[in-house]
Amino acid sequence: MSFAAILFYLFGALAVLFALSMLLNVHNTVAGALSLVVTMVSLAAIYVLLEAHFVAAIQIMVYAGAIVVLFLFVVMLLNLRDDDFAPGRQRLVRVAGALVGVFALAQFLRWLAPGLPELPAVPAGFGGHRAVGIALYTDYVLLVELIALLLLAAIVGALVLAKRKLDS
Amino acid sequence: MPVAEILKTLFILLVVVGGLAPLITWIERKQSAVMQDRIGANRADIGGLTLIGLFHPLADVLKLLGKEDFVPAGANRVLHLLAPLIAAIPAVIAFAVIPYGGVYRFGDHTLSLVVSDADWGMLYIFAIASLATYGTVIAGWSSNNGWSLLGSMRASAQMISYEVTMGLSLVGIFMVFQTLKLQDMALAQDTTLRVFGFLDIFFGLSHPAIDWIRLPAWGVFYQPLAFLLFLTCIMAENKRPPFDLPEGESEIIAGYHLEYSGMRFGLFFMSEFIQVVVIAGLMTALFLGGWSIPYLSTQTIVAGVGRFMGTGFATGLCVLLHFAAFMLKLGAMIWFQMALRWTLPRFRYDQVMDLCWKVILPLSIANVLVTGLVMLLVQEAA
Repeated sequence: MSFAAILFYLFGALAVLFALSMLLNVHNTVAGALSLVVTMVSLAAIYVLLEAHFVAAIQIMVYAGAIVVLFLFVVMLLNLRDDDFAPGRQRLVRVAGALVGVFALAQFLRWLAPGLPELPAVPAGFGGHRAVGIALYTDYVLLVELIALLLLAAIVGALVLAKRKLDS
Repeated sequence: MPVAEILKTLFILLVVVGGLAPLITWIERKQSAVMQDRIGANRADIGGLTLIGLFHPLADVLKLLGKEDFVPAGANRVLHLLAPLIAAIPAVIAFAVIPYGGVYRFGDHTLSLVVSDADWGMLYIFAIASLATYGTVIAGWSSNNGWSLLGSMRASAQMISYEVTMGLSLVGIFMVFQTLKLQDMALAQDTTLRVFGFLDIFFGLSHPAIDWIRLPAWGVFYQPLAFLLFLTCIMAENKRPPFDLPEGESEIIAGYHLEYSGMRFGLFFMSEFIQVVVIAGLMTALFLGGWSIPYLSTQTIVAGVGRFMGTGFATGLCVLLHFAAFMLKLGAMIWFQMALRWTLPRFRYDQVMDLCWKVILPLSIANVLVTGLVMLLVQEAA
């Protein structure tokens, strides 16, 4: 098995494990958020293995570096304790979760049975910042502009709401 | 392949860059002594030998290693123990894409003096810088101390804000050099720039003085505003004074590392000093021509010396000279940060935030617009 394949399976396993850890740490929100960070960083590592460097960097910068930090910020401010969570529906959720988990595991094992496949080769120039930039600003320029407009509207909306609260 | 590469990477990052950190604590002490008109750190001695205070870092490390490794009651033990590592690792690995020498050709063998030649170098730096937030945030939260938590809050808000402007303030530089790879940027700065070249390009004036008056083609001369903005942002990211709000000794005691003792506190301290080196390396590569020697490009040296001593010798000489030039600029930027730290008074928290969102952000966007306009005009005229 090649070095890249070993890294791929390592980071794949990490991503899945910590995604599970995030789900299981329902009551310890900080541990949950930190597990999410590990998942994000592992995904970024997989993007690097796919030569999609731009997406990898953005994945870490935006998701791991900014969004989850904001989650943590809120979680720490609220300082939730175990008894802040309502108990109800726990049993039903657990049974359903266990069933889905068993099904997913069975599928996964069936897929694994023939042995771990090697990584396919990536076409040259795929996913670099040049390729992504050219695609974004030529073929998809309308969508980029629309998203920019949407984000601007969101910022203005947030400002208006916050300002009304400050004024009163 | 991987084992040798990994060993080389670890050596450069941990031994060389990490080894600079204790030395920098000494420079910081000496600089503070100079600024405050004292003689400064000169008491640690081995058998009466003080070596102008160079034993102080050694004494520091011994003291920190000997102290009790304390975990406060009610703290999250695992995260409390991990946080210093989470803070130190991004600081150390960020240096990987900073070139400490150029690209040299010996026969058919090419040597590029940088740990990783990735062509997305600056994106890597931004990604690593954004991960550095976690060390501080986790440290403060896991300590189970109100002051620490306040420090974490301040750190996360301050570092996220300055990450945004840190990226935006550099867009102008990316536009000028048309690359994200620091080695290519340093190569592009290994030449000269006609100061009055615009007279020739726009008005068709020709005069020998236009060709004659030249500056090194450094980023700081192309993008002086970006130099100032980026330096401010990256120093705020490093949380050293005047941006030490997450520590705020007069308000929140020591902020996020209040409950740390011994070498775990030392790791926070170390990571700040390693970041000083990384900042100096980044500023050098982006704005101060990297390893290049002003007015003396690689081609000139190879052509000039190579005529008498052979191309191989001339290239080898280039390696040494360029490394020396890089270290000189690195040292100058480290000294500059020390001098700033002991000169400027601390900001208030709202001032730090206002500076980021109301001053640096608009100026960065204006810089992008003006740079784009000028580049378009130059292209049209040429």
